[in-house]
Amino acid sequence: MGYLDGFKVTFMKLFEERVTTEYPKEKRPKPPRFHGRHVLNRYEDGMEKCIGCELCAGVCPAKCIYVRGADNPETEPVSPGERYGYVYEINYLRCIHCDLCVEACPTEAITESKLFEFSFANRSDAIYTKNELVVDDEGLPQRQPWELWHEGDDLATSGWMRATSPSGNPDYQNRVGWSGELGYGTRKPEIGQRDIDDHEKNGNSPEEYGESEDIR
Amino acid sequence: MTGDPLYIDGVDLTDLGIMAVKVLVAFTFLLVATMFMVWFERKLISDMQNRIGPNVAGPWGLLQTFADGVKFFFKEDLRPENADPLVFRLAPYISAVTAFLSFAVVPIGGSFGGGSSGTVTIFGRETFLQVADPPIGILLLLAMSSIAVYGVMLAGWASGSKYPLIGSVRASAQAISYEAALGMATVVVVILAGTLSTHGIVAAQSGGFSRWFLVSSGIVPFIVFLIAATAELNRPPFDLVEAEQELVGGFHTEYSSIRFALFFLAEFMNVITMSAIMVTLFFGGPAGPIFFGMTWFWPTVWFLLKVLAFLFVFVWFRATLPRLRYDQLMHLGWKLLIPLILFWLMFISLKELRATHDWNWLATYGAAFIALAVGASLLIAGLRAGDRAYQKELEDV
Repeated sequence: MGYLDGFKVTFMKLFEERVTTEYPKEKRPKPPRFHGRHVLNRYEDGMEKCIGCELCAGVCPAKCIYVRGADNPETEPVSPGERYGYVYEINYLRCIHCDLCVEACPTEAITESKLFEFSFANRSDAIYTKNELVVDDEGLPQRQPWELWHEGDDLATSGWMRATSPSGNPDYQNRVGWSGELGYGTRKPEIGQRDIDDHEKNGNSPEEYGESEDIR
Repeated sequence: MTGDPLYIDGVDLTDLGIMAVKVLVAFTFLLVATMFMVWFERKLISDMQNRIGPNVAGPWGLLQTFADGVKFFFKEDLRPENADPLVFRLAPYISAVTAFLSFAVVPIGGSFGGGSSGTVTIFGRETFLQVADPPIGILLLLAMSSIAVYGVMLAGWASGSKYPLIGSVRASAQAISYEAALGMATVVVVILAGTLSTHGIVAAQSGGFSRWFLVSSGIVPFIVFLIAATAELNRPPFDLVEAEQELVGGFHTEYSSIRFALFFLAEFMNVITMSAIMVTLFFGGPAGPIFFGMTWFWPTVWFLLKVLAFLFVFVWFRATLPRLRYDQLMHLGWKLLIPLILFWLMFISLKELRATHDWNWLATYGAAFIALAVGASLLIAGLRAGDRAYQKELEDV
């Protein structure tokens, strides 16, 4: 039909499925490694994971993290080690969510959640301090009044990027998260990964499966 | 009142009352229809693009246009420093008023078949279901569509800014080019109907599908009219006047607030009016089967359904066709549509003359064929010469 073919195409579109996601009302599931706002994790016994080493602040390309460590008080220690994060601030007007802090962290203390719908009415609100970042007693992120949350958004938000993909290799087949996490315990392996603990339980060694195929 | 559109026999209060009611009904109908036309267009085009479209304001987003209108009212009314104050303010009203006036002559109902002449009885008076039936109805339509160009032209000129000026220059050139084709397609209908009155044209089409001028004029005038009307309305694929990607918004770039809303209103109202005119000229106006003996009800329903079909077609055009380049626009208008409709006009005129004067069949159509052959070869020769000159110019550069 030449010129008129286009009319058929647009007409048939009337009966096709709509691709729109009505965003604030419904949300698409986010990818497992989504880079949202940070959380400071705690061990299963409630101790903070952060040891105040400032590696995250050092690696941050946007210079948005400010950390000051302090010696743990002997009577009531905050973290299991010698020192803990005394001051921990992230300026979200500067953060680019590159996740380098998560990769740098030696204790999996800082990870990124899937929460991203936060806006501020003033600049000081943009600076999240330890009070806002640390997870609550259930191991879930704390909700701030200016953050838009929907039901279920706070679940499965804690990240485990560093432990599952050293050097950015997502196919890394080894121990998935070396420590338990308040509210989550030890993470399950992702697609393409095998859990070393599982193999140990079954008496297999991970070497049996060979090195992971390097796809990059 | 029937057959006395100019009130030669005098006017009394009942006539005035009926007239006031009709004006009010037509005005309200147009405003509401425009409101829903905007919604219809946005919804349909999003359907054709696998989107959802407006769905928040009111059920199915029906009140979206209303919300937009309220928003426009409360926006700041800006006027550029370089703008001509009077003309800048005048232009939107020219557009809006002409859009309203065109609809006045369109018959929106009334049963025409079987001896009845399309009248209804209100307050003991027989009257047409149209605001006015001047004997020169079609001329009024053409005049209004010409004056509407002034709105666009003056808006662009008075804005004191370059993109609106380019947009309005394009608008006037486009309108002049396509008005010729549009007018001649209308003349074909006028020849067949033998009257300029819109009511007379609808009456001439009563009595079945085969009497519609779509069929008896041989479809070609309708197609030419449809294309030319799309160009007159500045709708895609002929929306060079607005051309968001190149001219920001064309002639209304500098307009804001309610003045912009008036242009918007006029544009969509013109779409409705033009659809109604096409229904009147080629599709028998309110003609259609009548059920349950409700003679005043069904014609209006058929009329509205036909208009709706054309609104769908216009949106369909927009969803399907990419915008023409400027030379393509001129090529289509001057080198294709105008020669085609000129020939068709001659053919239809000869056909009518032969019928009335009982001319010889062979002589009439032989003359038509010879005229076509001569005209077509002249045209083709002219076009080739033009192309050669253009090619030579390109080589010289």
